[in-house]
Amino acid sequence: MALLSVEGLRTHFATGAGTVRAVDGVSFAIERGEVLGLVGESGCGKSVTSLSIMRLVPPPGQIVAGRIRLEGEDLLDKDAEAMRRVRGARIAMVFQEPMTSLNPVFTVGDQITAAVLAHEGGRRRAAWDRAVEMLDQVQVPSPGERARDYPHQLSGGLRQRAMIALALAPGPQLLIADEPTTALDVTIQAQILDLLRRLQAERGMAVLLITHDLGVVAELCHRVAIIYAGRIVEMAPVARIFEEPLHPYTRGLLRCLPHPSRFGQPLSSIEGAPPDLRGADAGCPFAPRCPLAIESCRRHEPALAERRPGHFVACPVAVV
Amino acid sequence: MAPLVEVQGLEKRFSVGGAWLRGRRRVIHAVDGVSFAIEPGEVLGLVGESGCGKTTTGRLILRLIEPSAGRIRFEGHDLMALSPPRLWATRQRMQIVFQDPFASLNPRMRVGSIIAEPLAIYERAGATERRRQVSELLDVVGLDPAFAERYPHELSGGQRQRIGIAAALALRPSLIVADEPVSALDVSVQAQVLNLLMDLRRRFGLTYLFISHDLHVVLHMSDRVAVMYLGEIVEIGPRDALYRAPKHPYTQVLLSAAPVADPTLRRERIVPKGEVASPLAVPSGCRFHPRCPLVFERCRVERPLLRQVGAGHEAACHLNDARP
Repeated sequence: MALLSVEGLRTHFATGAGTVRAVDGVSFAIERGEVLGLVGESGCGKSVTSLSIMRLVPPPGQIVAGRIRLEGEDLLDKDAEAMRRVRGARIAMVFQEPMTSLNPVFTVGDQITAAVLAHEGGRRRAAWDRAVEMLDQVQVPSPGERARDYPHQLSGGLRQRAMIALALAPGPQLLIADEPTTALDVTIQAQILDLLRRLQAERGMAVLLITHDLGVVAELCHRVAIIYAGRIVEMAPVARIFEEPLHPYTRGLLRCLPHPSRFGQPLSSIEGAPPDLRGADAGCPFAPRCPLAIESCRRHEPALAERRPGHFVACPVAVV
Repeated sequence: MAPLVEVQGLEKRFSVGGAWLRGRRRVIHAVDGVSFAIEPGEVLGLVGESGCGKTTTGRLILRLIEPSAGRIRFEGHDLMALSPPRLWATRQRMQIVFQDPFASLNPRMRVGSIIAEPLAIYERAGATERRRQVSELLDVVGLDPAFAERYPHELSGGQRQRIGIAAALALRPSLIVADEPVSALDVSVQAQVLNLLMDLRRRFGLTYLFISHDLHVVLHMSDRVAVMYLGEIVEIGPRDALYRAPKHPYTQVLLSAAPVADPTLRRERIVPKGEVASPLAVPSGCRFHPRCPLVFERCRVERPLLRQVGAGHEAACHLNDARP
């Protein structure tokens, strides 16, 4: 059984200007110890997918259909109290901006201690020692002293580490990392990616990495799902996505990036813009921008089909 | 041919603190002795991490911020010596494109007025002629002339950045300082805007100072690249030489740390130690030495100067002295 399976998830936002179908039929699974990347551009539904898993979708957003199973238990059936016990303890989350998770008026040591006490109980003294040990594990220098610092006293990189320590203190089975390195400088990003890779391997923890950056995906993920307009359009092991992308959107995305073999040459770009998610049009959401679109693409929404072992594509036109 | 822009010993000091409850005043050397030249029609890339002084350098060149020291020559004029009216006239030839197309466009103005504003300020054309030029500029940046009637909030990020570029082009400048012009955009839109900037350069013979934190974008766009660290240029050279044979450990670190969307290019990663030092406590000797994987004794005491390491290629690292 997969650690987490998401089946037919639909999360919609009822706004004055119509219903925004932010996530519109997303299905995927994460195995124990696996790192799955969920990749897409702004507004594609990747963050709403992760908030849906945590049942933290802000109003007016609502999960209108689907199943989210953690070790077989449906999270959508749980009451608020049961869900509270899942968050943090079994599924933890880290964000792009560490101050989203860190409380500015408590020291980082106190916050991690509180997380340890909430999930494991025990004595405060022992929990504080665990907090310092967690800071050490995420390679915060002089962890005993830094534990007594307030978040604003730490640099951006150290704050990110403190947030990771806070998330991992209860020993979650799944870490959802939403753009964890996007706000960081490239040298600090490299350090945090190395840290995440090491912690993931040591703990055998599963990670759902939400990112717009295909470079970060290449560094960290085992498998990748490409999401467009609220739907997964391609899902495959990481090497296959880069070596043999099948969906025209994935191919377009990869060709958009500057590459050492093509410096100075015109980049290929995907013309147009993503669709308005309020539309309830039939057909493939990428069809209006797709160089391969044929008449039927505009009428029938393609299903995600396994075109090669482990390689799923929602495009009947893609040449395998 | 004389360079279009020539900068020598450029410095900018900001003093911080000294206010109520803030302790004593201290000085930040945001830009500390930067020199370079840009030939007409050339793209010079300026890359570095937050706080390295790249944005300040761009603004100093336009004298949007007053330099603390140094010389700037533009089209043969000494910008520092120009009287305010002459500086005002010269500024038509040097324009800037900002990072955030959401913050840099006036939300109360229609797109047409935003693009026409420089023409109106410099009294380049009457109202009818301005309207014609706005349509032409919209066409040049790949937008329908009907966009002139819209407001910025009605546009996507990529469309807004095109408007910012159109406004920068209105006065037919020779130099454009592009400060992180694609950092706020999604990759598919980023590619469109980068292609547009390349097209415009060819079409109008533009010269760019292209500033970005993204090394691959800078390498893609530039003929030559300057790498900045804590207010200094640590390496400058032709794009291919800098990419294939970087001579400063910081450039090597940047190249190896930037994630590449190609697992076959996975290379030995050099991850630097620690974080960038505070510009309030600049390290002695080489500023990169506390993080440098190749640091040795001399680096802690002696500040390395830029010296030639190849054709048109300079780096500021003591290790290059040991090499023949």
